[in-house]
Amino acid sequence: MSEKFLMNGNHALAEAAIRAGCRFYFGYPITPQNEVPEYMAENLPKVGGTFIQAESEIASISMVLGAAVTGARAMTSSSSPGISLKQEGLSFLAGQELPAVVVNVMRGGPGLGNIAGSQADYHQAVRGGGHGDYKVMVLAPASVQELADLTYLAFDLADRYRNPVMVLADGMLGQMMEPVVFPEPIARLPEKDWTLRGAKGRPSRFSRSLILDTKLMEEHNWKLQRKYQRIAQKEIRFETFQLEDAKLAVVAFGTAARIAKGAINRVRKEGLQVGLIRPITLWPYPAEVIRKAAARIKEFLVFELNAGQMIEDVSLALQGQGELFFYGRPGGPIPTPVEVAKIIASRYYQRIRK
Amino acid sequence: MKKVFSRPRYLKPVANHYCPGCGHSLVHRLICELVEEMKVAERVVCVAPAGCAVLAYFYFDFDTVEAAHGRGAAVATGIKRALPEALVFSYQGDGDLAAIGTAETIHAASRGERITVIFINNGIYGMTGGQMAPTTLLGMKATTAPEGRSERREGFPLDISHLLAEIPGSAYIVRTAVNSPKGIRQTKQAIREAFQCQLDDEGFSLVEVLSMCPTNWKLDPNQACAFIDEKMSQYFKPGVLVDRRKKKKPGPEE
Amino acid sequence: MSTKGKIEIDAELCKSCGYCLKHCPQSCIHLASRYNLKGYYPAEFSGGECTGCAVCALVCPETAIEVWRA
Repeated sequence: MSEKFLMNGNHALAEAAIRAGCRFYFGYPITPQNEVPEYMAENLPKVGGTFIQAESEIASISMVLGAAVTGARAMTSSSSPGISLKQEGLSFLAGQELPAVVVNVMRGGPGLGNIAGSQADYHQAVRGGGHGDYKVMVLAPASVQELADLTYLAFDLADRYRNPVMVLADGMLGQMMEPVVFPEPIARLPEKDWTLRGAKGRPSRFSRSLILDTKLMEEHNWKLQRKYQRIAQKEIRFETFQLEDAKLAVVAFGTAARIAKGAINRVRKEGLQVGLIRPITLWPYPAEVIRKAAARIKEFLVFELNAGQMIEDVSLALQGQGELFFYGRPGGPIPTPVEVAKIIASRYYQRIRK
Repeated sequence: MKKVFSRPRYLKPVANHYCPGCGHSLVHRLICELVEEMKVAERVVCVAPAGCAVLAYFYFDFDTVEAAHGRGAAVATGIKRALPEALVFSYQGDGDLAAIGTAETIHAASRGERITVIFINNGIYGMTGGQMAPTTLLGMKATTAPEGRSERREGFPLDISHLLAEIPGSAYIVRTAVNSPKGIRQTKQAIREAFQCQLDDEGFSLVEVLSMCPTNWKLDPNQACAFIDEKMSQYFKPGVLVDRRKKKKPGPEE
Repeated sequence: MSTKGKIEIDAELCKSCGYCLKHCPQSCIHLASRYNLKGYYPAEFSGGECTGCAVCALVCPETAIEVWRA
């Protein structure tokens, strides 16, 4: 159980999914996540699972829906442009209240972009890139170990709430190799009393998201919203780092947070009181911890590998309190901790008297 | 006297929303008759389309799931892979299957997925009000081809079943019509064979049914039936397009 | 009134498509002179020499016809 494996992020998330009981993977090649379908092609059949390289990302998300409605744990993965293609499927999964895990190994964009890691799909993930009033839980790991842990968790959350869950990684996490410890393979899958497996010994059922009667559709929507409220009450996850005496708080997620930690360690050596708030669930967003921090901390620095997306949620959380500074690098360049330390220090000296 | 014809058990006893003379309601009944005769009600799962038949689950008394427009073959693939013993069929119209769903349909056939596709071809987009479909005939008018389909402007009608027949994974592809008593009987037999093809694990099966759409063809129901004989079946010829099945075929049952 | 066969048509399900009238080999079906709740003039059994062949039920899209045969 505590055996350590040196694996790259893509392989690790696939292994974690298999251990979580995922037996259906439908996907399509796109860099930088190709190792996920490749690992699944090799290893899913070994545990009696099914792998299909579908004809497109559009087809694969619909295959996930088909397997999910029978009660199976099914997943797909892609990178930014492919996730754009899956938005229809996510809306349908949410409307039909079906569980599924979708992994986005983000790459540079927009359009064809590039194959470097980025964080430019934040809005697409948390605001919902598909149509309609729905939400997808979004989990943002910052290490290969966390990528494995959160992928494993994603299947539980998806089944618990009957909703799609997205694991939002980036090209760097997908490609880097780190030691990872996996949990034991899941012993028993949760019971599901809503599945379509052939109407044997029960009345027939159907699963659909079309509700023509507007009163019924409104009620269905409020039911979904109540579910999202329950998720927001129970499933927020975040990490704080050196926040207790901080005068400036960096807010960052995923790989950016990892770089920020390195930067904070450096500036702390110079005596700067800087801390980090790292959201792990991007939806539901840990607004409360940011709001509470604003009682003591007046300076916030948002660092993202994009042109400014999560900063909007930070701004919403702050509700006008504190000062907000943004440092972003869209398109794939990954700054080093030294570079980010300079940015933090420069802002700190401008804003905070020693 | 004994009753020799009544509503099949698995066709729910409700009025349906289809137009007078529509082919959908006929095919729905045939499917329900077969589900009962072939004793597969407890393991059949249907994938319903976007299109006039989007409400099929209000009529079929067996497990049904809605798919996004065109994705029926992909959803059916996911279900069949999860439930290899189930009888999984996708029910799709000409836009669903041959426009937006072209890739999903072709690749399900290419993979030899053990699913059955019931393809209702009425040469028009019904639910959305009569727009041109991939199978709209040359000269036929539609709201998005108001002067009638022309080869130069809109291109030729697409014979998707012919394409699918070329694919080795297609085990049984057949085209029938429901515009006459004989056609209705042939359609039922074709669907029976297609279902059996799946149960025998032979490969991908598809039944294309030339079907009436009196409302959007702007014909009365009997004229619509004649249109299928005189025009539609000249371009989309009924018959077996390909039969790669290895097992003995069931004989016709009456 | 035939002793070989008879049919019953559910007038409220009928949408007056005309298929049964057209295909009845014995011309036993006509359109009623009163309309149903939906506004259609439903098909109606004339009570003629029905043989219970069930072609009417075969072609009826609404499954509105039940057939008896001796």
